[in-house]
Amino acid sequence: MNADAVAVSGVVDLVGVGALGAVAVALGVAVFVVDSMARATFALLGSFVAVAGLLWTLGLAYLGAVTVLMMTVEMAVMAVFMVAFMMNPAGLMPMTMVHAGRSAAAVATTVFVVLVVGVWVVDWSAVVAGASTATGDGMGPTGSAGAAMVEPTLQVGRAVMGSHMLVMLVVGVTLLATILAATVLATDRGRYDRFGDDLSRRRPDDPVTGGLPR
Amino acid sequence: MTAVQPLIDPLTMQVLLSVAAALVAVGVFGALSQQSVVMVMMGLELVVNGVLLAGGGAWAAISPTRPDGQVLVVMGLVVMAVEMAMGFAVVLAIYRARQVDMVDMATDLSG
Repeated sequence: MNADAVAVSGVVDLVGVGALGAVAVALGVAVFVVDSMARATFALLGSFVAVAGLLWTLGLAYLGAVTVLMMTVEMAVMAVFMVAFMMNPAGLMPMTMVHAGRSAAAVATTVFVVLVVGVWVVDWSAVVAGASTATGDGMGPTGSAGAAMVEPTLQVGRAVMGSHMLVMLVVGVTLLATILAATVLATDRGRYDRFGDDLSRRRPDDPVTGGLPR
Repeated sequence: MTAVQPLIDPLTMQVLLSVAAALVAVGVFGALSQQSVVMVMMGLELVVNGVLLAGGGAWAAISPTRPDGQVLVVMGLVVMAVEMAMGFAVVLAIYRARQVDMVDMATDLSG
């Protein structure tokens, strides 16, 4: 590939990345602008799909696919919760559910400015040069002319089962704890909570008395 | 020693990181300004969405031969799943106990 082709490819990459990024941000803003909570949920899903597309263009096909699959199910669950808990799930009654809007906007603007200034001030070419000559982690040669680029999915799979196994261990235990804790929190008091392990209590042991009898 | 070529140039990475910063900022705004607990969770999701993008962009531009950036993205996905599951569980528990679905009504821990 000659230099012109590389330059054209770079421009296309930049335009594509910028377009997908604009879609991701616009849909992210739409989450807090639209009236309908169902639309807000699907706007958030669209933002995630755009970010998954960006990950895909970076060569991270597996992580992009995981993001799309996970977020599709997650947003479907969230839509159900929206209908269950929001006062105005379909946006039929115009209403605002915002507090401290100005201070929140000021904090968000400050965060954005600080991050963007950092992104554009740092000398990334020096960072890239430093990283490319760093010592590898045993996952294959790095920093040398023969450093073949490992397929990204194979790379992350080997990492979490090898050099980064601590991450996998922590993630596994965390997800197990989440399953247990979420189940305990979400489960209502059942008859064994109210009438004892052998269901022999005559009056139910409720936090607030006056509930239904057996 | 010849340097390994990154997958994207620094300019593209800077655009990606700027988009990630915008997503984080929009998420922060949502998490701070929304009254509904579920909408607050959507703001937090947007923040993590920005982290995912920043992790992927940094991996491709800085060190595509090392898995660290990808592992950060995996961690971000797990954080998102845990936040969602625990958030919904807490919303269910507090709604069942006190009919609370707005953050302004759940100020027990405020100083």
